[in-house]
Amino acid sequence: LFSSPLPLTMSDKPPPTRMNQQVFKGKKKAAVGGFKLLKKKADALKAKFRDYAKAIAATKGTMADDTATAFFSLTQAEYAAGDFKKAVLEGNMVAKVRVTSAVDNVAGVKLPVFNMQDTGAVNENQSLGLVGGGKKIAASRTKFETVLKNLIKLASLQTSFVTLDEAMKVTNRRVNALENVTIPRIEGILDYISRELDELEREDFTRLKKVQASKEERLKEEQRLKEEETREAMEKGIKPKVMSVNEDIMSKFESLDGDEVLF
Amino acid sequence: MSDGKLVAIIGDSDTVTGFLLAGCGHRTAENTNFLVVEPDTPATKVEECFTSLTSRTDIGIILINQHVANTIRHVLSRYNEVVPTVLEIPSKDHPYDPEKDYIMQRVNMYLGGGQD
Repeated sequence: LFSSPLPLTMSDKPPPTRMNQQVFKGKKKAAVGGFKLLKKKADALKAKFRDYAKAIAATKGTMADDTATAFFSLTQAEYAAGDFKKAVLEGNMVAKVRVTSAVDNVAGVKLPVFNMQDTGAVNENQSLGLVGGGKKIAASRTKFETVLKNLIKLASLQTSFVTLDEAMKVTNRRVNALENVTIPRIEGILDYISRELDELEREDFTRLKKVQASKEERLKEEQRLKEEETREAMEKGIKPKVMSVNEDIMSKFESLDGDEVLF
Repeated sequence: MSDGKLVAIIGDSDTVTGFLLAGCGHRTAENTNFLVVEPDTPATKVEECFTSLTSRTDIGIILINQHVANTIRHVLSRYNEVVPTVLEIPSKDHPYDPEKDYIMQRVNMYLGGGQD
């Protein structure tokens, strides 16, 4: 098994086996698949981000005008009703307006959303200006209610914008990591394994060739020795027999002289 | 009993009055969700109020006049929680200046710069 005394580093290469080749082919497939999916997500997020940016730009523009109008109406009310600010600021109050925060899922990212909520509470300041200027105060109130509604919408857009921004950064980082680090590394390993397997095959082939060659050599040598024995036997006037080098030559001749030989 | 969060206001008297008229104001024995900032209000008081508002769990949005926000810019720029959300709004005497709005900077950079 592949083991090292030191912790594995990026430069440690896996053993170049056919099994590992399959393993890493699988890893590459997974990485490329994941990369494609993340890229799609990044593109979707970017499109949404663009929408939010546009919406914010538009809303902030109108908000500036609406607020200016609201402040102007407040001043008008002061002219008409005198200093009612004090009365508004003091006295008990229960919020008539609240915001509920919900979570919206956009392109796989959870975005915060604010919704305006009417609690139904009634405040003292709502019965102001009974003596003159009441209409102007009511008009001012209406203007501020509109501004408030738009501000709550803007708050939603803004938080979504910021959250999307963060999500985009994270996704892009992962996409880049896959593209520039993970996949090239896996491809590098696959190349290495492929090269090593080729090399092993070549070595095997070479070894095979060498074994074959030495076998041939041996056969040739055997043949040569056989021919020499045959020649020697003929020179000595003894009928040559086909024999192998391993046989005992003398034992053959002994049996020829013995009584057991049958003709 | 409602479960929504409050809208808090830190601003000049006109701004606070306006939003109180619209129904934002909430005062209990423990705390209030607004602060009127006069020209002579020290920045430390504003900072204190902001910090306490952001640490409360019952506040969803904090509205703050831009000119007041500028006095505690160092605190705001470090703040990046989602809830409560901080929205900078203009005042009667200080109209909206998109240059000073961080979010608008991002938006314009994105739309205007034509990023890929």
